[in-house]
Parts: sequence; C-alpha cells; structure tokens
Amino acid sequence: MKRAEILSQIIDIISVILDENEIEINESTRLLDIDGWDSLSMIQIVVGIEKQFKIKFKSLEYNTWLLISDLIDAIESKQ
Amino acid sequence: MIFESTHKLLQKYNKCPEEIRGGFATQTIERIQQITNNLRSKVNSTIIYCNFVEEDDCVFGQFASKVEDSFVFQLRKINYQLQEFSLITSGFYICDLSSIQNLIGRERYWDAPIYANTEMVLSLDAMPYFANSVLKIINSLLGRVKKCIILDLDNTIWGGVIGDDGIDNIQVGNFGIGKVFTEFQYWLKKLKQRGVVLAVCSKNSDDIAKDPFINHPEMVLRLTDIAIFIANWESKPENINTIQKKLNIGFDSMVFLDDNPYEREIVRQSFPDITIPDLPEDPALYLDFLASLNLFEVTSIANEDSQRTNYYQTQENFNSTLESFSNVNDFLKSINMCAVVRAFDTYSIPRVAQLSQRSNQFNLRTIRYTEEQLHSLLKSNEWFTLSFNLEDKFGDNGLIAAIILQRIDSFTLFIDSWFMSCRVLKRGMEDFIMNTIVNLARENGFEKIQGEYIQTEKNLIVKDLLSSLGFVLIPTSLWECKLIDYVERENHIKLKT
Repeated sequence: MKRAEILSQIIDIISVILDENEIEINESTRLLDIDGWDSLSMIQIVVGIEKQFKIKFKSLEYNTWLLISDLIDAIESKQ
Repeated sequence: MIFESTHKLLQKYNKCPEEIRGGFATQTIERIQQITNNLRSKVNSTIIYCNFVEEDDCVFGQFASKVEDSFVFQLRKINYQLQEFSLITSGFYICDLSSIQNLIGRERYWDAPIYANTEMVLSLDAMPYFANSVLKIINSLLGRVKKCIILDLDNTIWGGVIGDDGIDNIQVGNFGIGKVFTEFQYWLKKLKQRGVVLAVCSKNSDDIAKDPFINHPEMVLRLTDIAIFIANWESKPENINTIQKKLNIGFDSMVFLDDNPYEREIVRQSFPDITIPDLPEDPALYLDFLASLNLFEVTSIANEDSQRTNYYQTQENFNSTLESFSNVNDFLKSINMCAVVRAFDTYSIPRVAQLSQRSNQFNLRTIRYTEEQLHSLLKSNEWFTLSFNLEDKFGDNGLIAAIILQRIDSFTLFIDSWFMSCRVLKRGMEDFIMNTIVNLARENGFEKIQGEYIQTEKNLIVKDLLSSLGFVLIPTSLWECKLIDYVERENHIKLKT
C-alpha cells in the first residue's frame, strides 16, 4: 500500500473518531496539534488503525510517535 | 458504582505474604463490606459493584482449583462470596463483568498493550458491553423492566404447524429437533415462575391451539402458565391491543416473540415500543440469541412473583363476570372484597420495593424506593407506612398498593408516595385507601393531609386522583384535605383483621 493511501485511510479513521468532517492532516502534522486529540481519542485511533490494517502495535511504539509520518512508518513496517 | 479490576486485585494478591494468601478472599470481602458501610453512613444510595473477571496467573496450572491459596481459587471464592454478601445487603447490586468476559472471551476483553500505555483494564471492544450491563441495572431500578412475553405458537414454541401437522407431529420433546423447543419452553416457564407474565397470540382456531397445552404429554408449558390466551384469525396488532388492555401494562414492558418476520414487522409498525427480537431462522439458535440480549434484567424479586400469572387469571375471571353485570356497584358488592392493611414489615418490604419500582401508571409522585430505603423509613417516627392486600371471591390479588406518609409538622401529614397495581383499578380501592389514610391521620392528631401530583409520561391516570378524593389546590401547588371536612368515602371493601 502506498503512503498516500495509508494517509487517506488514517484521515478517515481520525475524522470518524473525532467526529470532524474536514480535518487538515498531512505527513508532517504533529499528533498533539490535531484538534480534539487527547489520550482517549489516541487509544480509539490506535485500535481503529489496528483493526483497519489488521496489525498489532507494540506497547512501546505508541510513545515514540510524534508526527503522522511516524504513524505511517509504523504501519508500513508491519505490512 | 464501584469497579475494581481483577488486574489490580492480582497486584494486591502478589504483595500479600505467602502464608496469608489462603485468607485473601475473606480479607477482600471484609474490605468490600467496610467500603459499603462507609458509603452507607454518609449517603443513602444504591451501590453497584462489579464482580471480577477471571484471570489465571497460571502459577499452578489447572491444579489451582485444588490449591486453596492460589489466585484462581481465591478469585472464584471472592466472586462467590460477593454474591452471598449482596444476598444479605439490600441496595447492593452486582454488575456481572465476569459474564461479559465469558460471552466475548478473554482475548477481546483484555488488551495488554493498551493497558500498558493507559492503565485501561478493559479493551475498547468490551466497553459497550460493560456500559450496557450497568445501564440495564439502572433501568431496572428505574422501573423499566419487561413484564410480559407475547408468544406465537407454530414454529416458535413448538416445531411445525399444529393446524396442518396435528398434535402427534409437532416437534417438542423427543420428536425431530423437539428438544430445542422443550428447552425453550423450560426457559419461558422459569421466567413465568420469576414473575414475567406469558401471553399467547396465535393465528389458529382456539381449540386447536389449546390442544397441545392440554393433551401433548411432552409440552412443558400448560394452560395454567398462560395468563391470556388468544387464538383467532384477527390481526396480531388487534389481539395485542386486547392483551395490553387486559394486563394494563405499558407496551414498552412487553416482548413479542414470533418466528415470522412478516408478523414481527406488522406488530413493530403498530407498536414501536414493544421489544421485538428478530429471532434467528434456525430454532436451535433461539435460546442463545435471546440470552445474548439479556432482556429480563431485574433488581428486585418478591414471593408474590410466582403468583403473578394467577393474579392475572383471577383478574380475567373478575372482568368476564363484570361484563355480565349491568350495574357495577351491584357487582362490586357481590364479590366480597376485603383488604388487609398493615404497616410495612420485613415480610412486605421486598414486594413494596418492587411495586415502587414497577408501578409507572398509578403512581402519584413516582419516587422509587429500594428495600434499604424502606427499612430506614421504619426507624423514624417521621414516617407512616401502609400496605394493602386485596382478596375477593375470585382469589387473592396479593399486595397491590402502598402508601408512604410523612409528618411535616404536628398538624400536617404529607402523602409522599401512593402507588398501586393497575390490576385493581375501578374497584373502589382508592376510596378505601383514602379512608384508611384519614383514619391514620386522625388517630395521630393531624388536622390536614397534603398531597402532590408529579407528572410523568405514564401517570396521567392519577392526574385527577387528589381532586376526585376531595383535595383542593392550595397556593404552594400542593393539594390539601382538611380532616374536619372529610366525609367517609363509600366503597364495598371490608377491612380484614
């Protein structure tokens, strides 16, 4: 799967969970800068991504993500 | 609401010195008792306690069941003793988390990486199940319970079509997949014994539909189990309307079970409030499917529950005899009604609490009482209580009304609660009760009685109760009745002493 496609699926998941139709997100967006991002939505998004891509993250990975691109890296490495 | 996770419990166990691990369960239950007592000394509230999902630390393997101080052994003991504790502690309910894990499995219930990062001890998947379980307990405490199941017959409680296949060829018992229907009927029967009323609504001739109930040797359900039996060729919504009128309960407290999607849809369109599960096509799945919906949550049971079907049958006899009289007064005189009046006591409190939680229509202020709260009323001379049992020549109607009165000052008695079963409407019970309240007020030196109507969606039938009993509206928007003006209200109910 191409990075752009992964990004677009991530955006879909995030917008459903944060209940926002139009969010501006690109690879260099900082996770903490996303409107409505908090610890609970973070967990919902992680679980949403795990289900969508049928992967499982390691617990140590979560804390290393700073940017959306880190998230995409993590997904790509498990494809 | 108290939720302590098994995972935290395990950490406590881990820190527990080896030589006292055998007493871990007892110690935990004592702690729960203390928490309960502490809470109760500060607030008079209902407590919902979550039990513990099973977690095996696999230190002893399956041998743990044979080792008293293993975590698994102690954990199961805690869950068991928690049940025993709730048995003797009113207003203390258990939210059965353990059964959620049984249903969805440990793998879905517990998400270790999420826990490691967030301390969340339930997976996101388990959350809705948990929320639903808590909600069901609260709904039940608020009186939103299912009181009646309306049953179709053919291919719902037996396999086959009685009108076509005949009594020898319907599947129940050992014939065909009959055991599936037998087990289904046992479940219905247990619900009936617990107080859920069963009604039949079937497109059949009456005699043919009743035949298996009377003559089939392997039927579990018999005619005595069915409060209202309607088999004819009218539409189901029409018949369900009749059932609702006879039982006098809300549509939202009814469940309709029918194998036919077409009938379900018609009923659903006519009565959106009735719960209508979409039964699976395969009858073998009926029971598991219905169990997964957990429709029959309850937070109080009383000795009278097993008699409820009899009460409705009594009521049915009452109604059909009533139809044959042209003058209602003559009729009421002829049926020898007598009432037993008592203050609440240990025996009546479970039923009074239940009536308080179940009565939605004839309920003046719709204050819900738990057993615990009722007990506390008895301890104070600020409160007066009255319960009413009614008998007539058709049988015993059981405890059908309760009154809670509060001393406001030395002149004024306030009707805090008046709730009554709708089974006994239009019999003069209201008049009898009012006379009883007045007598109690006079004996205790009061000069006036005040009351209040608090409107809900469902209690319109008591909107004019107080004015019809001679109360007048006073500026505080309360209703008042001066004892000096009170004229004894006529009725045909005798006091049984």
